[in-house]
Amino acid sequence: MAIKSLVSGMRLTGYYFTHHKEILTQEYPDNRETLTFGERFRGEVVMPHDENNEHRCTGCTACEIACPNGTIKILTKMEVGEDGKKKKAIEKFVYHLGMCTFCNLCIVACPTDAIKMSHDFEHSVFDRKQLTKVLNKPDSKIVKGVE
Amino acid sequence: MELEQPAISDTGDFTINMGPQHPSTHGVLHLKVTLNGETIKNVEPHLGYIHRSIEKMSEASTYRNFIYLTSRMDYLSAHMNNQACAMVVEKGLQLEIPPRAKVIRMLMSELTRLASHQLWWGALGLDLGAITPYFLGFRDREEILDIFEETCGARLTMNYNVPGGLMYDIHPNFVGKVKTFLKNFEDHLPEYKQLLTGNIIFEERTKGVGILTPEDALSFGCTGAVARGSGISCDVRKWNPYDGYETVQFEEPMETGCDCYSRYVVRIREMEESVKIIEQLIDNIPEGEFQAKTKVVLKVPKGEYYTRVETARGELGVYLVSDGSSNPYRIKYRSPGFSNLAALNTMAKGNKIGDLVAIMATLDLVIPDIDR
Amino acid sequence: MFSFYDISNSIHQWLSSQMGSTAVMLIEMAIVGVLAISLFAFLGLLLVYMERKVAAFMQLRLGPNRVGWKGTLQTLADTIKLLFKEGFSPDASDKFLFNFAPILVIVVAMLLLAPIPFAKGFQIYDINIGVFYISAVSSIGVIGILMAGWSSNNKYSLLGAMRSGAQIVSYELSAGLSLVVIVAFSGSMSLTQIVQSQADGWWIFKGHIPAMIAFVIFIIAGTAELNRAPFDFAEAESELTAGFHTEYTGMRFAMFFLAEYINMFIMAAVGATLFLGGWMPLHFGNLSGFNHIMDFIPHIVWFMGKTFFLIFVLMWFRWTFPRLRIDQLLTLEWKYLMPISLFNLLLVALVVIKGWHF
Repeated sequence: MAIKSLVSGMRLTGYYFTHHKEILTQEYPDNRETLTFGERFRGEVVMPHDENNEHRCTGCTACEIACPNGTIKILTKMEVGEDGKKKKAIEKFVYHLGMCTFCNLCIVACPTDAIKMSHDFEHSVFDRKQLTKVLNKPDSKIVKGVE
Repeated sequence: MELEQPAISDTGDFTINMGPQHPSTHGVLHLKVTLNGETIKNVEPHLGYIHRSIEKMSEASTYRNFIYLTSRMDYLSAHMNNQACAMVVEKGLQLEIPPRAKVIRMLMSELTRLASHQLWWGALGLDLGAITPYFLGFRDREEILDIFEETCGARLTMNYNVPGGLMYDIHPNFVGKVKTFLKNFEDHLPEYKQLLTGNIIFEERTKGVGILTPEDALSFGCTGAVARGSGISCDVRKWNPYDGYETVQFEEPMETGCDCYSRYVVRIREMEESVKIIEQLIDNIPEGEFQAKTKVVLKVPKGEYYTRVETARGELGVYLVSDGSSNPYRIKYRSPGFSNLAALNTMAKGNKIGDLVAIMATLDLVIPDIDR
Repeated sequence: MFSFYDISNSIHQWLSSQMGSTAVMLIEMAIVGVLAISLFAFLGLLLVYMERKVAAFMQLRLGPNRVGWKGTLQTLADTIKLLFKEGFSPDASDKFLFNFAPILVIVVAMLLLAPIPFAKGFQIYDINIGVFYISAVSSIGVIGILMAGWSSNNKYSLLGAMRSGAQIVSYELSAGLSLVVIVAFSGSMSLTQIVQSQADGWWIFKGHIPAMIAFVIFIIAGTAELNRAPFDFAEAESELTAGFHTEYTGMRFAMFFLAEYINMFIMAAVGATLFLGGWMPLHFGNLSGFNHIMDFIPHIVWFMGKTFFLIFVLMWFRWTFPRLRIDQLLTLEWKYLMPISLFNLLLVALVVIKGWHF
């Protein structure tokens, strides 16, 4: 009885020893090209820009309020629009990747879908300063019609 | 100044520090173990190495924001922690969540329980000196984590629950993937029994080791598989059903051996029950909303609220005191790991060092859950 | 046919024709020393690689696969890393014993290599009490472990060393008794003669049930003597972090590590020699055609094949079973294996006197 139980365990390991198709190892840096993620995978917060260098952020700071750790800071400026009216616009959308917990609350809070989670997960850098990112590109503007 | 204690006392007792860096404390638990030869005289757990003041941080966040922190308490049952916090806010707001959200929450909870028990099974094997179970456990856990990644966006700290329901609807692939997983897991569960349950060495190591009498289990406030291994019925899902657990059929596995082996068997049977619950629900996810309508800023009315859920380790209670503002006035978590750890000394006394490792493994300790 | 015996013989004759017998002996000793050390290094690298690959495949992994073809150079790279590491010794340790322990352990492993016949007429020292020599010398190794545990000034190390002491002293008995079974069968303690006595069939086939029992006990006791899982109490990673070599770093640690693997090789080699016919090819009674084909496979291949099969079985144990507890280990020895061995010895005596074996 006792020996039977030991042998049955050895049968299992022996089975896996001889059946190499069961191997699960993923050779990570080599399979970078073929890695797949769920479309909702949370890598880091990015602000998509279209081909005209335009984003959808109005600077409403809903994400800044929603963020539990103060990861997001929005610096706004007053800008004169085409119709001559003064309008609030973002100067810098500062994102501290080092503080982010990838909880997705900012994405849910954004009323204009200006930010989203990218699938980039390789965040390591040699200098901490590089973790503080400005998400809006230089000289970018808000897409027309987004209020 | 106190004189330094001699390393070995007159009675031949000596003290070793197990942890905070030790392979089998699974984290930064520090056990001060007094030994006489190989026999344990006393075990004194020292906590505080991973205290992050989650309760205090919760007081500084709004009702929407504090939930994500609880994923970092018992990270192996992150979903259940989030659920308990979402439930306490819903209780305060008297919010009824849609049936679809309830069913998905149940499904996610059971998947989390499975994933947690699979990791526990692997780590138990590791603690007892068998390394292969760890990889087999992780193989199945990985499938569940892939399902989580697709639906929740994260694999471990999901933050999928929000007050009022869920953050997203389930991913279209969810149902199919869960069914594939169930089919694979049905094949793999017998392997668990093949490798450990029936093994004579394993039975020798666990049977009659770490006796926790029902009285002790009650007085230490043990819950979950630890109490059920001592024959105490304490499943919150049965006694105080939440989020629709009253609608599903399942058994509360109980053993009366009071030893490590009973706790082991309880967890293995819990996995079977979880599979049963998922099988009942997976084809019957009701259509409809996944989130109840809520205000942008939540303000829980003044009062005290308490909810509890059954996590993979036992009963997690969330006690919320609200002063009517948008932040909690006080949050207290009653975490299962803390109470279960309290029983360690009683269980380990008189056993050998090897048994202490086995007992800790069957307590299924997650240190961030103990310290918070 | 290719044979190590011819090579060693021709070298010996050539040397003898060139110089006096003392010089010949010195030179031959030097050659043997170099060969033994290089075999050591090679076996160490090979067995560590093999263990890692076997473990990986049993655990659904790939194992080392970066350095060299399929990771074959991984162990070499690890050795180079260990060479460059700091040889750290704890403050209040007994420096002399601390440094001496790994050397003692590895010297014992080297001594054990002497009487093992690798092929026909190819062994370092054909001692006529080979079996006795092996069981005597192999028990010195535990002193090295005890020294390491004591001198480290660490309670984990001490616990590990004490466990190892109790374990090896007890399992030495049943390992010895199972060797005695084969000595009784073959009527000789010389390993060469034991191998010769298996020309018409290996003892595990010829010796009926007693030889089988002795073989099983030898495997169990051997695993225990090697401090390998499921009997790895001296290390017991999940209990004692690393047991007796907790405080060892760099090359001193590597010596313990190497000694463990060499001992495994020697254990398997002794098992193969005594029970599985050593370098003797597989022969079946009167199937002369089959026997003739088997003779064409070189002796060294037979020997290594059997040895590595036993090593694989040991690895298979390690990656399947959980560890016992220290008191259960001693119970197993003193309450089960030891009485069974003694009874088995009586049985063997009966079988040998009555001439029941083939």
